[in-house]
Amino acid sequence: MPTKIEKDALSGRETTGHEWDGIKELNNPLPKWWVYIFYATIVFAAIYTVLYPAWPGLSGYTEGVLGFSQRDQTMERVRQGAEMRAPMVARINAASLEEIRKDPELLNFALNGGRTVFADNCATCHGSGGAGRPAFPVLADDDWLWGGRLADIHQTISFGVRNANDKARQSLMPRFGADGMLTPAQINDVAEYVLALNGRATDKASADRGQKVFAENCVACHLEGGKGNQELGAKNLTNGIWLYGGDKASIVRMVWFSRNNSMPAWAERLDPATIKMLAVYVHALGGGQ
Amino acid sequence: MPDDGARLDDAVSTRTQKQSQSLFAARIKVYPRRVAGLYRNIKWALLGVCLAIYYFVPFLRWDRGPGAPDQAVLIDLQGQRAYFLWIEIWPQEVYYITGLLILAAFALFLATALLGRVWCGYACPQTVWTDLFLAVERLVEGDRNARMRLDKQPMSVAKATRKATKHAIWLVIAAVTGGAWVLYFGNAPDVLNNVFTGQSDTATYFFIGLFTFTTYTLAGWAREQVCTYMCPWPRFQAAMLDEHSLVVTYRGWRGEKRGKHKKGDSWEGRGDCVDCTACVAVCPTGIDIRDGQQLECIGCGLCIDACNEVMDKVERPRGLIAFDTYANLAASATGSRVRVLPIRPRTIIYGTLLLIVAGIMSFALLTRTTLEAHALPDRAPLFVTLSGGMIQNGYTLKVQNKEREPATLNLSIAGLPQAQAEIVGHARGDLALEIGPDTTASFRVLVRAPRTALKSENTSIEIRLEGEGRATSADTHFRGPAGTGGGR
Repeated sequence: MPTKIEKDALSGRETTGHEWDGIKELNNPLPKWWVYIFYATIVFAAIYTVLYPAWPGLSGYTEGVLGFSQRDQTMERVRQGAEMRAPMVARINAASLEEIRKDPELLNFALNGGRTVFADNCATCHGSGGAGRPAFPVLADDDWLWGGRLADIHQTISFGVRNANDKARQSLMPRFGADGMLTPAQINDVAEYVLALNGRATDKASADRGQKVFAENCVACHLEGGKGNQELGAKNLTNGIWLYGGDKASIVRMVWFSRNNSMPAWAERLDPATIKMLAVYVHALGGGQ
Repeated sequence: MPDDGARLDDAVSTRTQKQSQSLFAARIKVYPRRVAGLYRNIKWALLGVCLAIYYFVPFLRWDRGPGAPDQAVLIDLQGQRAYFLWIEIWPQEVYYITGLLILAAFALFLATALLGRVWCGYACPQTVWTDLFLAVERLVEGDRNARMRLDKQPMSVAKATRKATKHAIWLVIAAVTGGAWVLYFGNAPDVLNNVFTGQSDTATYFFIGLFTFTTYTLAGWAREQVCTYMCPWPRFQAAMLDEHSLVVTYRGWRGEKRGKHKKGDSWEGRGDCVDCTACVAVCPTGIDIRDGQQLECIGCGLCIDACNEVMDKVERPRGLIAFDTYANLAASATGSRVRVLPIRPRTIIYGTLLLIVAGIMSFALLTRTTLEAHALPDRAPLFVTLSGGMIQNGYTLKVQNKEREPATLNLSIAGLPQAQAEIVGHARGDLALEIGPDTTASFRVLVRAPRTALKSENTSIEIRLEGEGRATSADTHFRGPAGTGGGR
């Protein structure tokens, strides 16, 4: 409450009556235009609350006579975005994977589109940028389980690995230890042999015994010398890149229990152009062949 | 000792007064009178120059070769380029505009320290257009007294005609002002043609409308209120002024005691000011300069012209109101003089800052390259180990070619022996990059090197681009596994 209104000797104006530590406030009226603009904002607010969603109720809110909604606006923008992309998407659809890779304009579009889709759908397992994580393959290196050519990658993304899709990549490594196919000693030897393939064996006699076990049990899929077979998703065991760990204990565990990850068939969820862009993107991550 | 009872009565009476007080103060309309003289002439001349620059610059041509716009000053929003004579600015070079604004700020500081608010009085768009609108008002409604009379009259056909004519002319000027604004954002002759044939886009008409509206309101209606209430400059210009700045001042030592003077009266024992209030009548902000320096004064000097006319009539020396320094004003009162000191610490500092910024700007402009490259290393994964043990890093390479010719550049890696590069989309070993004219191109580059070649986890490398006598490079890093360089 104003306590004491008095005339200021210097300016001849009244004070508001407020006083703080001896400092008094002059009651200078506002400029007219300022006051009118202030009134205008009040009128604006009143009109706005009628036209636009404004007041919360117990259930819902006043929707405004214009029927404006931010969700509709966003969906409209999404639609406009799709419309804007449509000509490029049509070109992606019409071009082969190799053509996309060779055309700088299509390549840039595919890489940017692929990056976004990858981040939404793939990065959860494969890591952003295809960095991989234990048990999920690194996509930025040049080691491929199912082939690193554009067509191979496109196939893998489309139909996935070890899922219910008819065209999915299928293969199953047996549980050599758990199912009693090999003895613990044999598994130890074969692990030693796999290390030897990478020049890391510590027990030559064991590795030699393991070579025999390998020849009898593993070459069918992993081929002679452990070079791997991309037709069957059989890992190359000689290039120093490991999916489930490259130390001896990890190798023993893998032979004993086996592990078979799966990947969804993305053709069931994404449209053909998106999968093409993803394939080009993954191919460009660093190891495409 | 004042009577306590009386003071209490005072308080009560002011409170009742307060209750009837209006929320706002109505504007006291200013009716500046016509005046002639040196400063009025300077003001006319600068008004002409400023308007001429504004209206004619868009039509200036500047040959930049085929394919490039030939408008000397052009802000091409769609093409994301700004052209100023021989300078072409890309959006990422917007700091040139920042530099220009800093330059303008220091120039304003220097001008204010030397000559007071000459910017406000002569060159500010608000002053220029207000002056123009006032000239129109004077032409249609007559001079100060006629206008005041007209406003007091009840509405009549004659009054309405005059008012309508004035507003019509104002609106035409405002529309031309708004119309000229959009000429800076497209090829001026084309824009002009499109505007008149109704082919321009909505944005163009919107901005013409917007600037028509602001010009009409600010120069026609708001006028000095813009300077007094809206503009921040009057609020802090005092920080640039000192007692050696030349400002519009009333020489009180000469003028006081003021008073009416009849022909033949003696000038003994009185001042030169005849209290004719000519200085108040001509003032575009409606103030009395005899009250001293004040926030509202825009330093235009019209009161000097008005006072000089009067001094001539009463046969006293000119310069009762003049551009003078406060130091000299104080000295004059005691009969001495203080010379104008244009070079003093304040002006030296402002001048030096101005030169430094101008120097940096010139240096940046002179060393501006037309070929630039930036490399963004992949954040995830930082590196990958390839089969066989090679380490690979991925980069996004952005190359800007600001020339009108396409560039073919050869990529190489410096700083890491045995490093091999590959460009995604190119055959292995094909390291030639094609960058179109006047574009930014983006490439994905893979660099690999044997682990044994790495001296540390983080090696500084340079991606070099050379060809056709042009070269640039991008500094970046090559990362390897932890423990690299420490022996395996």
